[in-house]
Amino acid sequence: MDIRAQVSMVFHLDKCIGCHTCSIACKNIWTDRQGTEYMWWNNVETKPGTGYPTQWEDQEKYKGGWERDSRGRLKLKLQGRAGALTNIFYNPSLPTLDDYYEPWTYDYKNLFDAPEGDDQPTARAVSLVTGDFMDTLEAGPNWDDDLGGSEVYAANDPNILKALTENEQQAVRTLEQTVFFYLPRICNHCLNPGCVAACPTGAIYKRGEDGIVLISQNRCRAWRMCVSGCPYKKTYFNWSTGKSEKCILCYPRLESGQPPACFHSCVGRIRYIGMVLYDADGIEQAARSNDHGLVDAQKALIMDPFDPEVIAGAKRNGVGDSVVAAAQVSPVYKFVKTWGLALPLHPEFRTLPMLFYVPPLLPVIAAIRDGQYETTAGMESAPADETGPNLNTVDQARLPLSYMASLFTAGNLEQMRKVFHKMVAVRMYMRQEQVGDQKEEEVEEALRRAEFTSEDCLRVFELTSLPTFEERFVVPPMERERAMDGELPPLDPYSRKAAGGFGFRDAPARRF
Amino acid sequence: MSDVILVGLPYIAVALAILVGVYRFKTDTFSHSSFSSQLLENQKLFWGSALWHYAIVLILLAHFIAFLIPPLWGVIYGGATVAFEAFGLILSLVGFLALGWLMMRRFSSRRVFVVTSRMDWVVVSLLLLQMALGFLVALSYRWGGQWFVSSTAPWLWSLATLNPQADYVSAMPFLVQLHFLVGFLLIALYPFSRLVHLVFFPIHYLWRPYQRVIWNRAPRPGLGAARSVPEDIRLRRLSS
Repeated sequence: MDIRAQVSMVFHLDKCIGCHTCSIACKNIWTDRQGTEYMWWNNVETKPGTGYPTQWEDQEKYKGGWERDSRGRLKLKLQGRAGALTNIFYNPSLPTLDDYYEPWTYDYKNLFDAPEGDDQPTARAVSLVTGDFMDTLEAGPNWDDDLGGSEVYAANDPNILKALTENEQQAVRTLEQTVFFYLPRICNHCLNPGCVAACPTGAIYKRGEDGIVLISQNRCRAWRMCVSGCPYKKTYFNWSTGKSEKCILCYPRLESGQPPACFHSCVGRIRYIGMVLYDADGIEQAARSNDHGLVDAQKALIMDPFDPEVIAGAKRNGVGDSVVAAAQVSPVYKFVKTWGLALPLHPEFRTLPMLFYVPPLLPVIAAIRDGQYETTAGMESAPADETGPNLNTVDQARLPLSYMASLFTAGNLEQMRKVFHKMVAVRMYMRQEQVGDQKEEEVEEALRRAEFTSEDCLRVFELTSLPTFEERFVVPPMERERAMDGELPPLDPYSRKAAGGFGFRDAPARRF
Repeated sequence: MSDVILVGLPYIAVALAILVGVYRFKTDTFSHSSFSSQLLENQKLFWGSALWHYAIVLILLAHFIAFLIPPLWGVIYGGATVAFEAFGLILSLVGFLALGWLMMRRFSSRRVFVVTSRMDWVVVSLLLLQMALGFLVALSYRWGGQWFVSSTAPWLWSLATLNPQADYVSAMPFLVQLHFLVGFLLIALYPFSRLVHLVFFPIHYLWRPYQRVIWNRAPRPGLGAARSVPEDIRLRRLSS
């Protein structure tokens, strides 16, 4: 056992309202510089949709992540080791700026400076790359927000094309059946990151202490293989400085005990962050599992933080007591392991992403039928009656289960259904508790099916709907501060003097 | 005059390349990048970049083998002189055309144009000139692979052993001497341009472990203290 700590995350998609506050918080702090304008370390996609960059999930196009060779060994989908050196002059799988979008601003000055004339002055779009006027804007951030242009975007969602039958695709396209949800994405800080493995230089690394994946700006030489190697397209190439950049999980904030900016600012309070302890010895084995076993294999890596053996293993690796203590109250551990509600995004990429999603229990069960708004429409088998809405709709969801399974379980329908059954159980139980219009025996059946007790339902409800700031974000602050406050064993406050610094002394801009 | 170009310039150029190169790496590591523009323009890059790099790598390899390991050169060149010269001619032509294509790309794509520095234009112009000169020399003065070993190589060796003897090459035709001049100018410009990327060719990717884990503050017990910790990280580690 090689126990290490990882800052891990859960996004509760049922709570995401798609406001993009997270994206803006991140942009204002980290990517408001020349060369990074097009980067969204945090972005929120409408699903179904093609996402950002366009069709990033299509690994036949972008070659991200890992695959198994005929002997079951892991290899990068992008290329072998020699391939990295022969493709270094031209990376055949690199997305270009047009796969993201060309960033722009507006010529606001013209609104003030335009000479008098018959027409209102306009502020034309100006490219932030070339400085030229852009007459037609063909793509931008969240161009397909809320299914805008869905005949092009939603229809070409790789999950729709890959996992849905022709009939199902047709149904999703029907106006009356329209459905979507939001998928916020940041770097997954994977256990088996493709970007680290793809970097020819070795400029990318995972921090041992907390598992955050970072790109050394000093060592990056712009070979740009990380951009292709990451199946989530969460490393970006800064065209101005000639360096790749990615989400740093706001580690300067984390180190002082604050959650990352996107978490802190989340309006829907969908985000949870906490420590988990994992067994690094099992990483390769887990990443080699067959598709339908990937999620379970990954979950098996996450260890019980109360197990004395695990705690001893953590100590051996220098994991601090405060970190173990944080792992014991981790909201992530509860969602992923205790309740089994949260799933990794696209586990079939085999990078073992450490950001988990509670899938959306779609849709809000209502539809227009014959001009009537029906809360139970779409459920032929369960007509509305005096017992209130039927919440038990897993297999009649407007977005077929296979779509969700394509996103979260590498196509394992049974696993997906199980998670939804648990969510349904919580809903039915709480509805019964608070409104009392469900059928008693149906609630009991739902609990049995979900293997949940009423106590479980209450706990899930509490952490889903009522959590405080401190319950959502459990980040151990730097040990030094807490040691000085007497919370932890004494630590010489000067022991880390001159060990840190202010980072760049020169501006990170191109000089040659 | 010939001493200035054939003795002074080489020493100045190599001294600049090494001293400024090391100084720049020590003081401004961040600036070392190949500044790829593939993100901005992908279509025209393929033929230009791939052909140019493969051509110039092979051409430089031939130059270095002939200079550093003359016996090996004798074996591989002597066996198939004409084929070798023909291949060299083709390579230099391909390199020249590919580089011209890349230069045209920098002019014609607005996105790439705006990320092209003045030094980029200087370097690419000199490289283009150098390719043309190399092609012309190989075409006009046969067989370069032979006379190189008996004139240019001894001259370079005399420079390397600090016993400069320009006589080996001072009587050579103007084109050849110009080829020397531009070559050393490029070496002199190496530490002032993006040419630095060529010493960072990541050959170690062939054997490095796929995953890298760095323990910032307290290295993991059992791992050698700072074995896997690169310079820029090591500075941040516990000093105790």
